[in-house]
Parts: sequence; C-alpha cells; structure tokens
Amino acid sequence: MKMSFAYLGATLMLTATGIMGPLDGASADTVLKLVTTKVSLPDPFRQYQGTDAAAINKNCLTCHSAGMVLNQPAMNQATWTVEVNKMINVFKGPIDKADVPAIIAYLVKHKGTK
Amino acid sequence: MWQGKDGGVFVSRRAMLAGSAAGLALASSAVLARTTTKLPFASGPRTRSLTSAFPQKGEMILQRSRPPLLETPFEVFDKGVFTPNDQFYVRWHWSDIPTEVNVDSFRLKVHGNVDHELSLSLTDIMALPHVEIAAVNQCSGNSRGLFAPRVAGGEWGNGAMGNARWTGVRLSDVLKKAGVKAGSIQVRMHGLEKPPVTDAPGFMKSLALDHAMDGDVMIAFAMNGQPLPLLNGFPIRMIVPGWYATYWVKMLSDLEVLDKPDANFWMATAYTIPDTPHASMRPGQAGVKFVPINKMVPRSFITNLQTGAKLPANGQQLVRGIAFGGDTGVNKVELSLDGGKTWMTTKLGKDEGKYSFRRWDANVKFPKPGPYNLQVRCTNASGVVQPAQPNWNPAGFMRNVIESMQVSAV
Repeated sequence: MKMSFAYLGATLMLTATGIMGPLDGASADTVLKLVTTKVSLPDPFRQYQGTDAAAINKNCLTCHSAGMVLNQPAMNQATWTVEVNKMINVFKGPIDKADVPAIIAYLVKHKGTK
Repeated sequence: MWQGKDGGVFVSRRAMLAGSAAGLALASSAVLARTTTKLPFASGPRTRSLTSAFPQKGEMILQRSRPPLLETPFEVFDKGVFTPNDQFYVRWHWSDIPTEVNVDSFRLKVHGNVDHELSLSLTDIMALPHVEIAAVNQCSGNSRGLFAPRVAGGEWGNGAMGNARWTGVRLSDVLKKAGVKAGSIQVRMHGLEKPPVTDAPGFMKSLALDHAMDGDVMIAFAMNGQPLPLLNGFPIRMIVPGWYATYWVKMLSDLEVLDKPDANFWMATAYTIPDTPHASMRPGQAGVKFVPINKMVPRSFITNLQTGAKLPANGQQLVRGIAFGGDTGVNKVELSLDGGKTWMTTKLGKDEGKYSFRRWDANVKFPKPGPYNLQVRCTNASGVVQPAQPNWNPAGFMRNVIESMQVSAV
C-alpha cells in the first residue's frame, strides 16, 4: 500500500517562459505550482528480536529504527562499545546507563565478528 | 518485477517475510517487504527490502525506515542521465522531519552578520532571477558497504547518488538582498529536520562565503521540472554543484552569516576526511589530520551489464554507462576488457553541463570465450583520474576506485 500524500488548498505559482513539460530531467521553465504538501511516513514496525532484546528495544528505537543496526556489518565488542557511547555522548540518545552492558552484549552476540 | 534485467548483482525476488536477515527475524509487514534485493558487499547482511511505502517515492532499496535512508536501485541509472524524482535516493540525519509544509506560511530566515535580517516567503524567493543547473547529488558515504575493511554507517551500495536538473535562485542573490557585512567568512545552512531528543546537535552545514557567493551555489525549488518530493527537501533545498550532498541542506529554513568559523559538530567532527590523497589512510593509522569533506571526485559505472553476465564471444556487444567528473566535467571515459592492462576510449553522450552525469558507450568484441574483467575509468576536465586502488577511511567517505565487473564470453 502506498502511503498517502495530500495536496491541500494553498498554491504558489511560478510563471516563466518556455513550453517544456514536466518530463524527467525537464526544465521547470514553465508554470510550476508549489502546493502545501502533507505526507505520512511508514511506521518502521520492526523491533529487535530475541529473548535478550529487552534493553535494546527499550533504549535504541527512539532516534532510529532497528534497520540501522541490523544492516551493519559484523563488528567486534570494542567497535560496538564505541558506537553505543557515541549514541549517548554525541547524539544524546536517552539510553539508561544501567542498560548499556545488555545492549552491547546483544550487539556482540547478534552482530559480532565471528 | 525486476527479474531478467538485473542479473547477478541486484537480483530481486519474492521476499521472505519473517526470518530472513542473518537469523534476526524481521517483524516486517507486507508493506515494507514485498521484494528484496542483494547488494554486492564482501560480507553480510547483503539483503535489503525493496519498498514503495514512502510518500512520493517509487520502488527504493530500504536501508533504514526512520529517519529514512532510501537507495536508488542501480538499474535506474541505465535509463538516462537524469534520475527520476520518485527514485532519487533519500538520506536524513534526524527523525523529526515535518510531514507537512505549508507554502504560504513557510519562511526562509536570513540572519547573522547581515545589514538586514530577512524572513522570505516562497513567493519572495521565486521572485528572484531563476537559474537552472544539472548536477549530481552524491552522499559522502555512497558505496560505503564496499569498503574493505567494512566500516559502520549507512551501508549503501552505489545508489546513494542521483542527477537532476535543478531550478531555483542563486544563494548570492539572497545574501545580497540581506547585505553581507564586512568580516563575514561563512554561511551556515539549517533545515527543518530536528533531533527527537533535546541537546542533540541539530544538523547544520557551512560554506565559505566566497563559495556561497560564486553564483553556482543555489536554492532549488524544482527538480527535473517538478516540485521536490518532500523527502528530497520540499519546498527548497541547497544545491552545491560539485560538492558532496552533506552540504545540500534539505527543507532549507535558515541562513546565518558567520564572522567566525563554524565549529558545530556536523562541520568540525562529522563529515571529515583524512587530508591525504584520495582521503585514504590505513585502519588505525595515528596522527592523521582530518578536514571537512568538500569537492567530489570522478566516478564511472557500467549500467547495462551485470556481474556474471554471459555475453557472446566474437559478436558486437554494447557496453554503456554513466560517468561524472566530480567538481568539473568529464574529459574522457575509458573501458578495459582485461582488468586494466589496456584501455579503449568510449563515446561520450550529450553534455548536460559539467556537474551532470554523462552517458558513455562503446561497442566491443570479446575475441574468444572465457572470463573478462571489465573496468571503466573516468578522467575529469582537470585531469583527475579514478584510482586503481580503493581508498579507506573510518567513515567510509569518497569512494571512487575504478569499478570492475567480471563477465564471461561464451
């Protein structure tokens, strides 16, 4: 199912010269309307799976969906620790300090270097 | 259906629903996972969903749902030099993206070291002289998934790039309207996306004032003759021709003229590259100086064949693709059938401007059955040529190694 996007009432019209139509790569040198646009974004749906996923699901879905993590290559414990600390210290992710060991353990178990 | 066209590299097939990726079951809906594709990485996970669930977008490779990272399926680049808006890649940093933009109340603020602060409506902006430019927009981390050793980040294949004809107004005209005061050195650009948490660094990028005033840097309100899709920055975005897309701020809402260098996280720490040839270093190498990423470098791709293709020996075979020069035009594109030992010149397509993709093609003959290592390399108008060795840096930026494709003649 395609998510909806709506054209609301307001319209801005740009009038210029030229007769080219709205082809791919075409010039906008024609009448271009900017209209108030409303979209909805799909819900990511996905959660981290496994009996050890409680900490990562509690803390690591606020800023980004799980796909960001699940699509990463395998990384060792030191690299995952750097990543988790970056989320806390640089990107200010609201991660409970007490959950950090369980988050890193999950990443090393499921996404660790073999 | 994608079968048939995309051969061995980007094979689409019916999606496996739950349980497909690396033993981590995907609690995915049918919406997000009807079909999948495989990216040609040295290690997994290589499988990605193909999705048409995002507004104003057609089928895209789903790298991340929120904030969206959507990759252009590589087949799209064989269709022409302009990337359709509905398959143009999407990359956002923060998840708080406005899902509604009202064209009457939208304002672009211009402030900082200026004579007059401005609050410009879209009508004000569109009343300025219009300019149009064809330019490649490429993520700094395009092709990151091909780095060896692998690095963390958005694990893109080669589809975090696109080329469009952008229509808009010169940034210099907007800044002149505000009056840039003496002593100004940079212009900082900020859009409507916000972090979902407090105290996190909002996404902002800066350009040197002389760059901002060069007349090429523009604010676009149209892309290939149409309004920008919201996820590509509706209603207006920065266009910084020849520079990596990190500077092409989407949903541009704020321009701030600075009288001292921008030390914000996204300039000083993120999006920095080794100040070395090809931005390359060894993993773990100490004492490397890092600088903000800047101009793009040349790249070229074969688009009508795929790895593993079986092609007729002794027959005429068309090989074609796209190239771009980076910060300047394409001078030549060469093709090798023998892994780079010998090169032939290809025929260049229409020149759409120095910042655009350029089509190239060649008719070749494989003299006998067997394996062939096709390579393609672009030399830009400044004489910069793609390197034979891949670069490496910890963020996975600026890949532009000569591409190789293994095929066989039968």
